[in-house]
Amino acid sequence: MTNKLIVSVSPHLHINESVRKIMWLVVLSLVPAGLAGVFIFGPQALWVILLSVASALVTEGVLQALTKGKVTISDGSAFLTGLLLAYNLPADVPFWIPVVGSAFSIAIGKQVFGGLGQNIFNPALVGRVFLMASWPRYMTIFTKPMIYDAVTQATPLALLKENKILAHISYWDLFLGKRGGCIGEVCILALLLGAIFLLSRGYISWHIPITYIFIVGLFAYVFGPGGFFTGDWLFHILSGGLVLGAFFMATDYVTSPLTQKGQIIFGIGCGLITAVIRLWGGYPEGVSYAILMMNAAAPIIDRYTRNRIYGTK
Amino acid sequence: MKKFLVEFLNGIVKENPTFVLLLGLCPTLAVSISVVNGIGMGIAATFVLLGSNIIISLIKNVIPDRIRIPCYIVVIATFVTIAELSMKAYSPVLNRALGIYVPLIVVNCIVLGRAEAYAAKNTVVNSLFDGLGMGIGFTLALILISGIREFLGAGKILGYTLIKGFEPVFVIGMPSGALLVIGLLLGFFNLLKSKRE
Repeated sequence: MTNKLIVSVSPHLHINESVRKIMWLVVLSLVPAGLAGVFIFGPQALWVILLSVASALVTEGVLQALTKGKVTISDGSAFLTGLLLAYNLPADVPFWIPVVGSAFSIAIGKQVFGGLGQNIFNPALVGRVFLMASWPRYMTIFTKPMIYDAVTQATPLALLKENKILAHISYWDLFLGKRGGCIGEVCILALLLGAIFLLSRGYISWHIPITYIFIVGLFAYVFGPGGFFTGDWLFHILSGGLVLGAFFMATDYVTSPLTQKGQIIFGIGCGLITAVIRLWGGYPEGVSYAILMMNAAAPIIDRYTRNRIYGTK
Repeated sequence: MKKFLVEFLNGIVKENPTFVLLLGLCPTLAVSISVVNGIGMGIAATFVLLGSNIIISLIKNVIPDRIRIPCYIVVIATFVTIAELSMKAYSPVLNRALGIYVPLIVVNCIVLGRAEAYAAKNTVVNSLFDGLGMGIGFTLALILISGIREFLGAGKILGYTLIKGFEPVFVIGMPSGALLVIGLLLGFFNLLKSKRE
């Protein structure tokens, strides 16, 4: 299957982009959130990130060598998967959790389907959900921020689920990331920096993240604890993995719809499922499940939102 | 004799009910949590397959063509009842572990499939070896799947802990884990097959 001649539809415009460049720029845009996570949770967060990335690269390389394919670990996609998985883990997990999770992400989430571009589900989220279902004990212990010691704390959303008082957490704390949570999801400021970079360069479009976050906020506001239209929408937007998921994982090129209309439907679906899980479900957080479910729906959304072919009705 | 051996091996390798014909996946997914369950289910299904294949190949010329499926079901249900009652009498623990899946062998696609596709067209002795081969093929597949699932999902084999300090992969013991394990094994066997051809 080595096609020397590239056949594509017109217009034949050349842009100076490649999978490799885009992947590494997404990695770059995630660096601030990682630095913030390491700063907030201490050096063990750095180990989780390094182990996860290393395991993803090794698994990808070994599997590609075994299947006698081209080894493409330098294209950044495996690096990105490992990085995103690490950002979805608590800082205090045992060392083998990121290793096994990343290996599962790459092997089952991606290579089984045929590698980059063929996978149905976001590999990093496949790894996270696998870890969550297999070892929930380690996946739900969160380090208390700014202590650099093994002091644990529940996430704001988990506290909310148990009807505990949240008075000591301000919006400002949530925005800067001074709360319990996963390594990469806590510092909204750093995530937004990366997201604005990607949006301004045109690597992601606003359609999925904005509709996603808007729907979650709307639901949280309408179905508040004290009756209709009393909910704390800002709290719901700033807590959990919503910002990380909406900007960096729901927008994955491979697993999200191609057209703008489709992306808006995708964002609304993600928002609905996340809101339903958070407000009425058993889990405190539902971003990863929402994105995975909508990943499964992405091909059918694509089928019904095809752009009109020029010259047809 | 060689011909019978071919019939017998056919069910184990070339037309393995689980990995090639993809029949009887419902009990496979449900009971393959532990090796003991897998062996118990496999033996029960083998017994039913053997009995129903023999009886159906014997009566194939007597039963009217239009109501053959109900007739098969009556024959199969007889053997399932024998299997279930014996299991209740001699191994109540296993019976409780397998639960509803023992009576459900009545509608197991392997049993019905072999009755319709093989026993209704072949001689008694051939059907006997076909039933035996299919049953053993099913049992071996169950042992393989449940072995992997019991080891990864509970950290044990046949109830014995193998590695101290091994953290069981909880999800492998759940139904989604069964689908995952069967899917990967299927892919692996298809790979082997495509390599040979």
